Amino acid sequence: MTNHWIDIRNSDCILIMGSNAAENHPISFKWVTEAMKRGAKLISVDPRFTRSSAKADFYTALRSGTDIAFLGGMIKYIIDNNKYFTEYVAEYTNAAFILADTYSFQDGLFSGYDPKTHKYNKKMWAFEKDANGVPKKDRSLQDPRCVLQQLKNHFSRYDLGTVSAITGTPKEDLVKVYEMYSETGQRGKAGTIMYAMGWTQHTVGTQNIRTMAIIQLLLGNMGVAGGGVNALRGESNVQGSTDHCILFHIWPGYLKTPSATDRTLADYNKRYTPKTNDPLSANWWGNYPKYSVSLLKSFFGDKATSLNDFGYSWLPKLDEGKTYTWLDLFDVMYKGDIKGFFAWGQNPAASGAHSNKTRQALTKLDWMVNVNIFPNETGWFWKGPGMDPKKIKTECFFLPVAVSVEKEGSITNSGRWSQWRYQAAEPPGEARDDGNIIISLMKKVKYLYRKDATAIFPDPILNLKWDYTTNGKYDPHKVAKEINGYFQTDMIVRGKSFKKGDLVPSFAFLQDDGSTSSANWLYCNSYTNAGNMAARRKREKSGIGLNLEWAWCWPVNRRIIYNRASVDKYGKPWDAEHPVIRWDSSAKGGKGGWVGDVPDGGWPPMLNADGTPNPKTKYPFIMKPEGHAHVFGPGRAEGPFPEHYEPVECPVEKNLMSSQLINPVAARYGTDADVYKTCDPRYPFVATTYRVSEHWQTGVMTRWQPWLLEAQPQLFVEMSHELAKLKGVKNGDKVIVESARGKVEAVAMVTHRFRPFRIGGKTVEGGNVVHQVGLPWHYGWVYPEGGGDSANLLTPSTGDANTRIPETKAFMVNIRKA
Amino acid sequence: MSGNAFFIDTTLCTACRGCQIACKQWNQLPATKTEQWGSHQNPQDLSFYTYKLVRFTESLGPDGKPRWYFFPDQCRHCVEPPCKEAAEDAAPGGIIIDGPTGAVLYTDKLRKAKAGDIVESCPFNIPRVEKGTGYMSKCTMCVDRVNNGLQPACVKTCPTGAMNYGNRDEMVSLANQRLAEVKSKFPKAVVTGLDDLRCFYLLADDPGKYHQYASVDRVPGVMDRKMALKKIGKSLRELSQEWNILHKLVG
Repeated sequence: MTNHWIDIRNSDCILIMGSNAAENHPISFKWVTEAMKRGAKLISVDPRFTRSSAKADFYTALRSGTDIAFLGGMIKYIIDNNKYFTEYVAEYTNAAFILADTYSFQDGLFSGYDPKTHKYNKKMWAFEKDANGVPKKDRSLQDPRCVLQQLKNHFSRYDLGTVSAITGTPKEDLVKVYEMYSETGQRGKAGTIMYAMGWTQHTVGTQNIRTMAIIQLLLGNMGVAGGGVNALRGESNVQGSTDHCILFHIWPGYLKTPSATDRTLADYNKRYTPKTNDPLSANWWGNYPKYSVSLLKSFFGDKATSLNDFGYSWLPKLDEGKTYTWLDLFDVMYKGDIKGFFAWGQNPAASGAHSNKTRQALTKLDWMVNVNIFPNETGWFWKGPGMDPKKIKTECFFLPVAVSVEKEGSITNSGRWSQWRYQAAEPPGEARDDGNIIISLMKKVKYLYRKDATAIFPDPILNLKWDYTTNGKYDPHKVAKEINGYFQTDMIVRGKSFKKGDLVPSFAFLQDDGSTSSANWLYCNSYTNAGNMAARRKREKSGIGLNLEWAWCWPVNRRIIYNRASVDKYGKPWDAEHPVIRWDSSAKGGKGGWVGDVPDGGWPPMLNADGTPNPKTKYPFIMKPEGHAHVFGPGRAEGPFPEHYEPVECPVEKNLMSSQLINPVAARYGTDADVYKTCDPRYPFVATTYRVSEHWQTGVMTRWQPWLLEAQPQLFVEMSHELAKLKGVKNGDKVIVESARGKVEAVAMVTHRFRPFRIGGKTVEGGNVVHQVGLPWHYGWVYPEGGGDSANLLTPSTGDANTRIPETKAFMVNIRKA
Repeated sequence: MSGNAFFIDTTLCTACRGCQIACKQWNQLPATKTEQWGSHQNPQDLSFYTYKLVRFTESLGPDGKPRWYFFPDQCRHCVEPPCKEAAEDAAPGGIIIDGPTGAVLYTDKLRKAKAGDIVESCPFNIPRVEKGTGYMSKCTMCVDRVNNGLQPACVKTCPTGAMNYGNRDEMVSLANQRLAEVKSKFPKAVVTGLDDLRCFYLLADDPGKYHQYASVDRVPGVMDRKMALKKIGKSLRELSQEWNILHKLVG
């Protein structure tokens, strides 16, 4: 979230699309409800009418996988009807930037596409620069090559008729949503988006979010209270695990994982430190080497010196251009190239797309360690459906682990709040908490390396600093302090003196010469000499809900990021009722300063009180090299503007927007298990997966909980009355749902909440009928008996080109009576 | 009127069923064996082990779009409970009213009453009997929590403010206030039970669209029934059935 949970209450219009907050983030509805009591409007857009839809002021449906068409129509509507916030767009976004003539778009493809490699040359998507190397701008937004005019041109094809024919949403419903939401483009109004896996789990997932980000920028909704682009994370600490680099492509704090071509630390830092020639751009990532060197100091302590590149060469490097995501790992495992596997707090045999491929992949392992709290489909895969234990070589170990309330530590919620929690009970029996399992595992690994004189490349293992225990036990405070970082020597920084071993007060004090450490620069400021900030518990008495002294929020306790865009060029809030920050010229003894939230940098506003430009200012979007938010986003794999492409499995033969049926750079795999079927009469119905309030992820925790199982006992598939009639299915009947990859038995839930779509015609009435079904993915064969198996037996191993998140929200199936 | 009451604002209910589960947890009620029967509503009905149940009812609105109504069903804790009256002769002390709260409570002595009489007497179809033992159960208003300064479990767990509980007069005001607030959005909105119950529902639409027993026009007056009983000498059960038939005819 750019904003945070409580801030939803400040919104004037809440769009729930690509998520189902009432069911999957039930507490969020506390704040949605508060906003609505104050007059906010709630819009729900979902293929299926959900518990969120039931509370909405306006609901409409779209076919799964057509969000960019739906939202692209909104961009067109906003521009055609001058609903955008002109001042904000012209001054704070790159809408005024002039594009280089290497940028073009034709028939679904941007310039720079190589059909052989299915990749783009992103250098083609550049800005025209002046003699100083600064992008040229037309703040009047009239230049035909400026980003806004190019955006208008790009989305001119997204007229109501075409969008309706793609999405199946009636035209009048499109207009209604566009009207309601674009009202928030007025000064002082804010609209927010609550999205989740309904947007991300598509081959165009990243671009779904990009489309909404563009809308939020056009309407001036970024940085303001009640606005933002808000990802509702699916687990209590998934934000924290992302921040601390659970994914392959990043180091902690969103530093880049080096490639083999980044041979030295200097090469690495040079490659990932952006430059700007614009004196008004803060270009915060210009500090990159301070963060990377402090991270290496944290890993290797005294062993990391400037003479050995701080141990840079000891860390693993990626093969250039190669991806190592979930789908990739199981693809390689399926091919037999992975020997051992830790399935830790996860249940891949039920959670990952294409579970049959995943389950087969597990049979190719030599060994697997499963760390979990209950028996599950992964640890017990060898006795699952279709498996013959005698023929499986994989040696399996199960380590019972503590649950959340049996361990101390922090969790970081969707709103980036790191909150400390205490241990409520000891784990039962032989169960241990994750920290102690890791500590003892690494202790043993270090021992084995130390005693083996012939060990290959022992340096990273033996040089790793590993001092996180107290009395032999894992100490979460020591890890939290390590994450924050220490001064490595007595020193004076920014006029303040520090002793060796002092905690670094914030990342502005980190250095690139090895004199500081920080295991995650983004969390530097979270555990200081003043104490554990995440453990703070002081509620705000009045205000807009920032609660600056409750827990701690990255970066540097800033509750709403990009908040310097919440004020005009004089530093005055756009919304006087919900000020995030404001410039107070009398603050700091008359020197002036920001009050409110922690600002995105302390520089003064862009204009002085007399209207003259202030040369000391910086543009508000400090994480971008040019200081402006990206309406034109040249960093993504499939283009700088979003474009509608059909899902890899879809019910239409033609993309009404272009000749490119699917995302040309989408991730696909080539083993015998990877089959995809588009417009195949055997699989005529669109399907999607989702979650329900009563279960959690693959259900490993909740299926064993009798009260929750009582409330949602078995796998079901929701379908319209029309489809049920077509297939002779009655409510409560057992049916088989089948895709090209697998099948599950489920109970039919025949409902008005799914309606058939009319797709492909220029009028909604004229199109073809397309049915959609949906089913939750919480079940598995281990328990309960007769509960059904994972819906991921159906989903395809294809994914987004940037993230490779699988496309589990739009694929094709058949339904028949069991 | 003294004592306490629930105010259940269904316009804020998201059917997360936190209340249904919290009720089971606090009262340590076992899960019943259920099957998916083509609905999110499960268990299908209240039972001896299920005091609280969120009912799901869907329909198509006049605009062709779905409506999905959620009804957290539970004992209404009638101010003059017909079940208490029905139990009085056969099982004195079987149903009592808690002084401070006004909660209607079933005791073990209720076993002596004919369960059918108790069930039939309730216009809201709430009391449930345990097979074999004859014990009866329903929502207790969490008197054990309330009389120790806590909110009922279902109220404590509700994230949206749909479940409210407190002094009855305050709940009446809150209900009227919320009714006024939602009236422009939901012209058919009503609050049920303000006169004679300790559990009021704010409903956005006709009560019948939520649940067959969401509301009755009038809880039968205690004196009417007692007098009728004496005069006619019929069993309470028969009378109750007659009353129900009569009620349906009038309704």
